Amino acid sequence: MEFIFYFGDVFTPVNFALLLVGTIGGLILGATPGLSPTMAVALLIPFTFQLEATQGLILLGAAYTSTVAGGAVSAILLKIPGAPANIATTLDGHTMAQNGQGTKALQLSFLSSAVGGIFGVMLLIFLTPVLAQWALAFGPSHLFWLAILGVTVIGTLDSKSVVKGLLSGCIGLWLATIGFDDIMGAQRFIFHDALGGGINIIAALIGLFAIPQVISMFAKGRRGDGAEVMQVQKHSVFEAIRVLFRFPRALGIGMSTGAIIGLIPGVGGQIAGLVAYDQTKKFSPEREKFGKGHPEGVVAAEAANNAMVGPSLVPLLTLSIPGSPTAAVLLGGLLIHGIFPGSDLFDNHPDVAWTFINSMLIGQVLMCLFGLYVAGVAARVAQVPQSVMAAVVLGLAVFGSYSVQSSMGDVYVMAALGIMMYFLERFGFSAAPLVLGLILGPIAEANFIQGSMIANATDGLGPYFLGGALNLFLIAVVIASVAYSAWMEVRNRRYLSKEEILV
Amino acid sequence: MKKLLAGAAIALMGLTAPVLADDAYPERPVMMMVSYGAGGATDFQARIVTMTSGNEDALGMPIAILNKPGAGGRVGWNWLATQAEADGYTLGAYNVPHFIAQSIKGGVSYDIDSFEPIANWGADPAVLVVGADSAFNSLQDVVDFAKANPGKLTTSGAGLFVGHHIAALQMEKAGDMKIAYIPTKGGGAAAMKAVIAGEVMAGINNLSDAFRAREAGNVKILAVADLERNAFLPDVPTMMESGLDVDNASVNFRGVMVPKGTPQPIIDKLAETVPAMFENSRVQGKMKSGGSPMHVMTREEVQAMWAQRQETLTALLAGL
Repeated sequence: MEFIFYFGDVFTPVNFALLLVGTIGGLILGATPGLSPTMAVALLIPFTFQLEATQGLILLGAAYTSTVAGGAVSAILLKIPGAPANIATTLDGHTMAQNGQGTKALQLSFLSSAVGGIFGVMLLIFLTPVLAQWALAFGPSHLFWLAILGVTVIGTLDSKSVVKGLLSGCIGLWLATIGFDDIMGAQRFIFHDALGGGINIIAALIGLFAIPQVISMFAKGRRGDGAEVMQVQKHSVFEAIRVLFRFPRALGIGMSTGAIIGLIPGVGGQIAGLVAYDQTKKFSPEREKFGKGHPEGVVAAEAANNAMVGPSLVPLLTLSIPGSPTAAVLLGGLLIHGIFPGSDLFDNHPDVAWTFINSMLIGQVLMCLFGLYVAGVAARVAQVPQSVMAAVVLGLAVFGSYSVQSSMGDVYVMAALGIMMYFLERFGFSAAPLVLGLILGPIAEANFIQGSMIANATDGLGPYFLGGALNLFLIAVVIASVAYSAWMEVRNRRYLSKEEILV
Repeated sequence: MKKLLAGAAIALMGLTAPVLADDAYPERPVMMMVSYGAGGATDFQARIVTMTSGNEDALGMPIAILNKPGAGGRVGWNWLATQAEADGYTLGAYNVPHFIAQSIKGGVSYDIDSFEPIANWGADPAVLVVGADSAFNSLQDVVDFAKANPGKLTTSGAGLFVGHHIAALQMEKAGDMKIAYIPTKGGGAAAMKAVIAGEVMAGINNLSDAFRAREAGNVKILAVADLERNAFLPDVPTMMESGLDVDNASVNFRGVMVPKGTPQPIIDKLAETVPAMFENSRVQGKMKSGGSPMHVMTREEVQAMWAQRQETLTALLAGL
C-alpha cells in the first residue's frame, strides 16, 4: 500500500507537466512507423540528463506506456505495425478501419490498452517479489519449449489454410537464420553487406505489412479516386465502453497472456499480442469472424500489449536484470542518476520507485483520454484518396525502416520483403505467421543451442530438456495446442472444402 | 571533359585542404557511430562522455550519436571502415578487444590499420561471478572444480570474441583446464541472468554490471581479470593474485576513433581536445554515478594498447 503515499508527487506541476509531455509525445512517437518503444525511450534519455531522477523516470515511464499504445494507431489506420507488439492489432483493426469503423477500432484499442495496462502495473505494485522468482524460473530449456509453443500457433494464425500458414511460418524461420550467429559464430546467407546483422524485425514488419498494401493501391490505377472515399462512421465513447465489456473473455485472455509473457526475460512483449489473439480466437464462439474486422481481436491484442508493460519491468526493478530491450534503456535512465535498481531502489529511493510506478498508472489513464480524443479525428485518414495514401504510406515505410538503424540496407530489405509478400498474398499466404516465424526462430534456436551446451557439460540432453515440472507442463501445452489445431482442421474440413472450391 | 573534371577536382582539393587544416574544424555538428544498439552500455557511455562537446573549451560543436548495431558490432565497424567519409565529421566508438578479435578471426572488412585512435574513455574489466548461494567462495575453488571435472564448469558470457570470451580462454590457458563457455544471445544482461537463476555454475561479466548485481545481493564476485584491483571493488582480488596468470587482455576498453584517411591536422586537433573533454567534471560525475569505470588514455597510449592487444589476441586465438 506504500505506493498510495507517493501519489501526491505525481501531481506537482513540473512532474505532471512532464507526464503530459511524455504521454502525448509517446503517442506521437509510437504512432510513427519505425519508432518502436525502445527507440522512443532511448531518444528521450539525453533529455533526462538535465532532470532530477524522479522527473526523468516519469518522462520515460509515460513515454514507454504510451508508445506501446500509440503503435496501434499506425497499425489500425495504415496497416504498419509500429512494433512487433502491434502485429495482431493490424489483423482485425485495419480491416475495421477499411470498413469505415476506424473510430471504433481506435477507441477500443485505447480502452483495452488502458485496462490491460492498469492491470499490468497493479501486478507490478502488488506481486513484484513473487513475480521475480517466476521470471527467474525460465531457463534455456523452458524458453525453447515456449518458442515451440509459439510455433504451434503459426498454422492457425490468420490463414485460411493451415498448410499455407505453416509454409509462411517456415519462410519466416528461414529468414531468421540470415546474418551473423552470435552463439556459434557462423555467417549464414550473407549475400550483401546489408544482411550482415540479420533481418531487422522492424524493417521486415514494415515491408511485409505496408508494401503489399501500397502495391495493391497503385495497381488499382488512377481511375475512380473519388469513388474510393468512404464514410467514416461516428462512434461514441460510451458505446465503445459498452462494446469493450461485451468481450470479457478477450480482455481476460489478453491481460493474463500479456502479463505472463511480459514477465519472462528474453521473450518480451513481441509475441504477447499474437499469442493472446490466437488464444482468444480459439476460445471464441465467433471464431470465424476473426480477421474480418471483429472488435474482439483488437481488444485481445491491445489488452495483451499493455498488460505486458508492468510485468516486463519486474526483473529490472527487483533483480537489476533488464528483461527486454526497453527495460535495458530504462536501466540507463536510472543509472545516470546513480540509482541502482534492485533492493537499493525500493529501500533507499522509495520516492523515485513509487512515483515512477504511479506515473505509469496515471499515464495509462491520460493516454486513454488523449487516445479517445484523437480517435475520431485520426480515423478520417481512411477518407484520404488512395493515390495520396499509397504515396504517404510508402514515404513513411522508407522513413521508418531507415530510421531504425540509419541504414539504407534496411530499406532494401524492407522493399524486397514487401514485394515478395505482395506475390505471396496473392497466393493466399499471410504476413502474420511469417513474422511470427521470424521472431520465434532466433529464440528457439539460441535457447536450444545454449541449453544443449549446458546439457552436454552436465547431465545430458534428455534430462535437461525433458525433465522438471515446468518443462513437462510446457510440453503438455504444446501437445494440446497441436492436437487442438489438428482436431479443428479435421472438423472444419467437411464444411470448408466446399467453400474453398467455390473460392 | 575528363581532364576538365580532374582539373576541377584538383583545384577543389587545393581549395579545401588548407581550409581543413585551419582551426575552423569543426564547422558543423560531428557524428559518432556506435556499433551497438541505443540503450546498451557502449551507447549509454558514449552519450555521457560526448555531452559536453558543444562547450567552448571542447569541440565547440555537439556530437550526435548514430547507432549501427548488428552482428556483435561488425555491421557498424564494417560501415566505418568502408563507407564512412574520412573528413573528420564521422567518428566511431571502438570496443577493444571485440573489434581486434573479430578482425583476427576474419570475415570482416577491417583491422586495426583501418582506424586511427583518438582517445580512450573507459575500461570495464571482466570479472568472474557466481550465484550468491554458490559453493564457490574463491577463484581457487572454481579452478579446483574445473581441474577435477574437465569441461563441466558451465560459464556464461556475452558472446564469442568479446572480452568475456577472451577472459575464459585466458583462464583455460593459464590454469591448463577445460571449462564449458556458454555464450548467450542478448549480451551481458542475459549472461548475468543465467548466473543469478542458477542455469550456469559461474559467469564472466562486466565489472560494472557485476557490481550492481552484487549490490542487489544476487552474486558473489570472485576475481577481476585486470592487472590491479578496481576502485569499485577494492576487496576483490585480481586473477593473478589468486594464482591464475591472466592479464588485462580481456578488459573492455571503450574510446573514440576515426576512419583511416582522416586529415592529420584534424586527428591532431581531436587527439588534443577529446581527452580533455573526457576529464570534464560533469562527465566524470555522471559516469561515476552510473557505475561505469573511466580510464582516459591519449592517442599515443591507445596506439600502443591496440598494438599490444593485436599481438596477445593473435597468439591466444591461433589455436581456435
